[in-house]
Amino acid sequence: MSLPKISTAEIIADFPIFTRKIRDGKRLVYLDSGATSQKPQCVIDAESNFYRTHNAAVHRGAHQLAEEATDAYEGARAIVARFLHAEIDEIVFTKSATESLNLVAYAIGNADSANRFHIKAGDEIVVTEMEHHANLIPWQQLASRTGATLKWFEVTPEGRLELSQLDRVITERTKIVALTHQSNVLGTINPLTQITQRAHKVGAVVVLDACQSVPHMPVDVRTLDVDFLAFSGHKAVGPTGIGILWGKSQLLNELPPFLTGGSMIENVTMTNATWAKAPKKFEAGVPNMAQAVGLGAALNYLDNIGMSSIFDHEQELTRYGLQALSEINDLKIVGPSSPVDRGGTLSFTVGDIHPHDLGQFLDAQGIAVRTGHHCAWPLTRKLGVPATTRASFYLYNTTEDIDALVAGIRAAQKYF
Amino acid sequence: MQLDNLYQEVILDHYKNPQHKGLAAHFDAQVHHINPSCGDEITLNLTLAGDVVTSVSWDGVGCSISQASVSILTDLVIGKSLEDVEKISQSFMELMQSKGSIAGDEKLLEDAVALAGVSQYPARIKCALLGWMAFKDASVQAQAKGK
Repeated sequence: MSLPKISTAEIIADFPIFTRKIRDGKRLVYLDSGATSQKPQCVIDAESNFYRTHNAAVHRGAHQLAEEATDAYEGARAIVARFLHAEIDEIVFTKSATESLNLVAYAIGNADSANRFHIKAGDEIVVTEMEHHANLIPWQQLASRTGATLKWFEVTPEGRLELSQLDRVITERTKIVALTHQSNVLGTINPLTQITQRAHKVGAVVVLDACQSVPHMPVDVRTLDVDFLAFSGHKAVGPTGIGILWGKSQLLNELPPFLTGGSMIENVTMTNATWAKAPKKFEAGVPNMAQAVGLGAALNYLDNIGMSSIFDHEQELTRYGLQALSEINDLKIVGPSSPVDRGGTLSFTVGDIHPHDLGQFLDAQGIAVRTGHHCAWPLTRKLGVPATTRASFYLYNTTEDIDALVAGIRAAQKYF
Repeated sequence: MQLDNLYQEVILDHYKNPQHKGLAAHFDAQVHHINPSCGDEITLNLTLAGDVVTSVSWDGVGCSISQASVSILTDLVIGKSLEDVEKISQSFMELMQSKGSIAGDEKLLEDAVALAGVSQYPARIKCALLGWMAFKDASVQAQAKGK
């Protein structure tokens, strides 16, 4: 059965930002959803309606507003759980995916020697060379605080993980394997099964950075076989200031807290405290409530369109984009050149034109791209490119957007 | 096209034919500066005779703005006293922070006035300043060494 095609015209109409003009009247060609996505009106409304009609601190207060705010916030948690096929208590709200990943790293660092997560000198933490700084530095720092050793999977010239040494990278000493589901630079979608099987065989937990996958493809945590998963709301047509940490129930219950304070406690005396059950144990302080509610609206919006249809649409754009870009002289794709197991993130270099200059030139045509090392400096160093230009697609992009990009690059080649 | 305000001929000329690029073997101070948001890098060597700049050489990778700016800087400062360079540097900073409201003192800044358009693109100001910050750092180090 083929999936219903998505109607980009209808989708574009849902996003008010596409009615504005860029740089003296040009149409906005937004190819930077890998950095942050645009927001549909229903998300903007959900967030502002919360402030307009229900605003109160959740889980506190004996009044009607507090009750409504709590319902809205917990309702959003239920939506996230349904979206990921998870249990409600497995969803932790954070302020960002970066915070989600740091939460896991710091909480593991807080585990005492009686705790299953305890980590010490001699233990190993495994990452990959294609990690965003947000899924590299927390582990680098955890290793340096505990004396554990940081190891990593290398990246092949084609932009895939080098898995031939799997058993040497993940060993009996490995306690944590942290990797990205889809590279924010290369677009590579990583094969997880081999890695999760090996990790679990040696008793390690797998932490998945799903920032570039959850917004773009169906993700079912029951079949992924990872232990923790992080993503951010703002890349999934949701608001900024809201991130998700999903963890298996049992593991969240055993994991010590990271931030401590209000809301996350069970009982407190002047000298001691005990913790609430997960997810509250990980949500100290008044949370970003309106943003959580906005994220709920965002995931409902994506769900109504259908994640499989969104994935198919982006696959079509990726095929079209790879073909169109490959026809430009001196343009080199950084990452897999075939659309197999790769998402709609295309990084490239164009001859000697520096990405900053190319990005500036494209901006003058109304085309928004990202330039630089994309917060994955070790990766761009490994690939021998100081910086790249990146075009990333989402549900509101069309082949016309890619045509505009191609025309813009050709014009830049004449200009510089 | 508004873009031409940013990419003036002078800038593209310096970018394509950078001045004093290639590191001198001898120097009083060597610095390495990085722009962490975009990955641009520069290494700059400086030699002083008393308080006069006798040699500046550099190598680096980066966009046309950062490369042209350091090329222009070397032309401007070689042979001048650090006191004069400070005046030039202050005038250049003022130009970069002007948001397009001033054209720059051409007598003082020479080719550097071509970078005036950069001040209207906030994200690019740090590109133009990379080489200038490196020079400032190197001159402090070279002076400390001379004492």
